[in-house]
Amino acid sequence: MKAISCRSVCKVFGEGKSRVVALDNVDLDVAEGEFITFVGASGCGKSTLLRILAGLEIHTSGTIEAEGEPVLGPNADRAMVFQDYSLYPWLTVIGNIKFPRQLAAHTRDCTSADVEAASGRADALLQVMGLSQAAQAYPSQLSGGMQQRVAIARALMTRPRILLMDEPFGALDAQTREVMHDLILHVSVLEGCTVIFVTHDVEEAIYLGSRVVLMAPRPGRIDSIYEVPLPGTRELKMKYQPEFLELRSRILERIRETSGMRTDLGLLQRLSQQPVTI
Amino acid sequence: MKSGSVWKIRGWLSQRHYWALAALGLAIPLAGWTLLTLTGSVNRVFLPGPIDVVQRIATWFSSDHLIDDILISSFRVVAGWLLSALVAMPLGLLIGNFRVMQALLEPLTDFVRYMPAVAFIPLVMLWVGIDEPAKVAIIFIGTFFQMVLMVAEDVRRVPMAQIEAAQTMGATRCEVIEKVIVPSAKPALLDTLRITMGWAWTYLVVAELVAANSGLGYAIIKAQRFLQTDKIFAGILLIGAIGLAMDQTFRLIHRVCFPYLHARN
Repeated sequence: MKAISCRSVCKVFGEGKSRVVALDNVDLDVAEGEFITFVGASGCGKSTLLRILAGLEIHTSGTIEAEGEPVLGPNADRAMVFQDYSLYPWLTVIGNIKFPRQLAAHTRDCTSADVEAASGRADALLQVMGLSQAAQAYPSQLSGGMQQRVAIARALMTRPRILLMDEPFGALDAQTREVMHDLILHVSVLEGCTVIFVTHDVEEAIYLGSRVVLMAPRPGRIDSIYEVPLPGTRELKMKYQPEFLELRSRILERIRETSGMRTDLGLLQRLSQQPVTI
Repeated sequence: MKSGSVWKIRGWLSQRHYWALAALGLAIPLAGWTLLTLTGSVNRVFLPGPIDVVQRIATWFSSDHLIDDILISSFRVVAGWLLSALVAMPLGLLIGNFRVMQALLEPLTDFVRYMPAVAFIPLVMLWVGIDEPAKVAIIFIGTFFQMVLMVAEDVRRVPMAQIEAAQTMGATRCEVIEKVIVPSAKPALLDTLRITMGWAWTYLVVAELVAANSGLGYAIIKAQRFLQTDKIFAGILLIGAIGLAMDQTFRLIHRVCFPYLHARN
């Protein structure tokens, strides 16, 4: 069984003059347990596709199946980690992680053994994510990197089969991001869940993904899919291997080609030579 | 400009300096007022001195039922404000959450809130009568329509990511409202209650125009008839002081109820 299966998925926003085709004929299969990353120029629909997979948007046409079931709306089987502002500031770290336990979807037909197991899972997640010291802190007291650890732990609380990540490390500094990369790779293996990861950082996409999906804008579509020629277990030094660098420049070049926003060096030259008169 | 300048935009000021300046800001007008009346350059009828006003408050307290006036006025303000909060909170929640309710009610509310509350007095007397409910109704009209829009805005400002995170964790629509939107908006809602309480007080004098025979606003109106400017001053200052006390109480509640907003490492 495939974790995700998309067939001719289209998404149209607006109507009449403001009609925009955000996704055009997307076909994609994601294998169970795969870590797949999405890159592309802005407006290519990578975030839209992720939101559709989460059930937060409904596609206009085509079919999407997750774990063999059609996607009709949000479901705890497909957890999502957002870039920012998704934690609940009035709850402590442990309160945020246990938030799903407040929802009927996870407490219905629940025995006391289940409650105990859930409590154990929350503690285990705290430990895995390196948050044990911060359990009683409020999100506002944590750094951006720590906040994203809480967001990931909370998403994993319900043991989702699929983890959807929308530029989760986009707001973090480079050093913190490297630590988070190894952490998320480790956790995804530990949990055995499928990860669909959207980013604008090509290096991040190659380092994390077993495949990199490149999307192109106007209309949003899948342009090409790259197999990453690196072993399953990633290490920091792989970023300097020729295969890594070669794939990186190929993908970057392709993004530039599809974005339609080339830097016109000739024009810049001419502009810099013109006397400035205002 | 030096970086340590006190005029740095959004700069820092020590607590000690802050309160010293706050005291100065209050002392200067008071000193100017005292000086102006002591030199006798202004007629006492136009501008009574601070001592006259304090004396007036004392006699008002000892022989003119000041406490009763304060209590009845506070009751009217709080009743009108509470009533409007009870209706505005659920309505604002609906408008802020559902586009259908927003389309149905927001333009209407925007239209009504520009209507002057004072002009409703004759209608209120006709519909509600001239007893206590009439005064409460005027304060209700003055605060309700603004409050609905502010509550709706507070609700709309809850970050979408907080809502969507709950949805992807399997929360139902009711759970999203109950467990995310309401707790997330609570601090802003308390601020809205604090601000609208201030507005409710400003409608007091208007409300007590309606066949009142007690209250701070009524006392001000009556003093106007007898040209008792010192009593007008006293009434205005008392309303200001009560308002300030209530405002500070709200701020205290805010600090107690929302420790996460005031916690820093």
